[in-house]
Amino acid sequence: MSIKPPAVSFQQVQKHYGDLPALNGVTFDVRPGCFFGLLGPNGAGKSTLINCMSGLVRPTGGQVSVQGHDVIKDYRQARRLVGVVPQELIADPFFSIRELLKIQSGYFSLRGAAQTRWIDYLLDRLALKDKADALTHELSGGMKRRVLIAMALVHKPQVVVLDEPTAGVDVDLRKTLWEFTKSLHRQGHTIILTTHYLEEAEALCEDVAIMKGGELKTLESTETLLSRHNYRYLRVKTGQGHGTESLVDPLQSRLADQDGNGFLLRLEKDLALNDVLAWVAQSGVSVQGITSRDATLEEVFLDLTGETK
Amino acid sequence: MIPIAWLGGWSLFVKEVRRFYSVAIQTVFAPVVASLLYLLIFGQVIDTRMEVFSDLDYSQFLIPGLVMMTILQNAFANTSSSLIQSKMHGNLTFVLLSPVSPLAFYLAFVGASIVRGLAVGVGVLLVGWIGFDLAWQSPGWVLLFAVLSAAVMGAVGMIAGIVSDKFDHLAAFQNFIIIPLTFLSGVFYSIQALPPFWEAASHFNPFFYMVDGFRYGFFQASDVSPGLSLVVTVAFFLAVTAINLILLYKGVKIRD
Repeated sequence: MSIKPPAVSFQQVQKHYGDLPALNGVTFDVRPGCFFGLLGPNGAGKSTLINCMSGLVRPTGGQVSVQGHDVIKDYRQARRLVGVVPQELIADPFFSIRELLKIQSGYFSLRGAAQTRWIDYLLDRLALKDKADALTHELSGGMKRRVLIAMALVHKPQVVVLDEPTAGVDVDLRKTLWEFTKSLHRQGHTIILTTHYLEEAEALCEDVAIMKGGELKTLESTETLLSRHNYRYLRVKTGQGHGTESLVDPLQSRLADQDGNGFLLRLEKDLALNDVLAWVAQSGVSVQGITSRDATLEEVFLDLTGETK
Repeated sequence: MIPIAWLGGWSLFVKEVRRFYSVAIQTVFAPVVASLLYLLIFGQVIDTRMEVFSDLDYSQFLIPGLVMMTILQNAFANTSSSLIQSKMHGNLTFVLLSPVSPLAFYLAFVGASIVRGLAVGVGVLLVGWIGFDLAWQSPGWVLLFAVLSAAVMGAVGMIAGIVSDKFDHLAAFQNFIIIPLTFLSGVFYSIQALPPFWEAASHFNPFFYMVDGFRYGFFQASDVSPGLSLVVTVAFFLAVTAINLILLYKGVKIRD
């Protein structure tokens, strides 16, 4: 029985812009069929890594392969397997949306009745049918984003990369986009997503890689990442007007957030809850309710990257 | 029937032709009109005062030069402006994400620049043919130099489009290199009429050989032998092709 190669494999990938390192030997694999989240603060190297994979950027060192096909030596096959929705909105002043999709199909040597039907399907599925004969500069930002998605899918790639697809997109389009992406994932496509909306990544991604400063900080399943986190959170609801000045020192040092209705404590998982409740009582706070929860992906992300909210 | 491996490059070629055709007033008709203005003004003013080759009016001498100048400038403009616009609008990304090879990319862009160069060249030639007594004695040379020179300038335009980061860089390339070299290539005069220093200097201008070889096809008279012009033009084409392919395979300025 043959073992399936990783959907994407990054091996010691380096990229330098002059003396400035953008990627410092990044190594990891993306499982076939996985909904994969690539997260990190601005400048972490996420887009550079994706660009190395898609051929938009040549790595300074290391190797990237898509389903076993090297993106430099075997670029034709590798590019047939990847569809990228780029971060920046792209315009073409000369051709309509339908023409652009036909031209893009041509680049992949795809034409004929079956391809025309696939283009019609994409236009329909992405609610672009009414604008099929419009030029890109006549479209709203959300529609341009949908055009980019259609362009990325025109050759039915196995690996679909969405680089910040919901940046500046309204709620309706975001919902449509995720439904469409989830349906692609159900059909067996590998999805690689970069986003700053960590709630979306937590809800959608099976595996998550977190990058910072051109390096991989962690890569785990979302479930493991959240459960292995060393902290949990306790929300204490107090009466209106209660401040946190009266909290005893052990609580002050664990205070994560506060508002007019109470405060949030960040607690070590091995800390006894009885001790915490005793400290709350010692602080003389009028407690109206207490809820406990595990860390969210955003909180894990902030801990790992050292970023602040 | 185009082999499937070349369909990508063919699609890019067709797209590039359709791109300039969609703005044909700017890319085809305007250059033809500009060249005809040169012909009217220079032809009328100088026609009776200057004999270039024996038994030849200045207007007759001028037309092939103007045709070639139009071909050169428009072939250059096609690749360079398409590339810089694609970079600025970001739509070059679509081609770069595709499996189109660097060689196919090169051939598609240069092929489209040949089509545009020939389209404007034919436009000038037709009007020159109707209005003036012009005969081509060696059509094969005419066609050979027209295609080859358009290819050379398409390739030069590609280098300019690749290395330019903004329209200003391209304008510098065009105004300080391409236009002076075309104007000083013998379009408006025979280099034999120049002082010895400038005549010798003209031999270092590769555009001169394109104009002179092209003109030979009409009159079977030229400043240097057409064989030499062909060798220089082919050598120049091979050199700019090599530079382009190195830039494209390394991804200089477009994949970094």
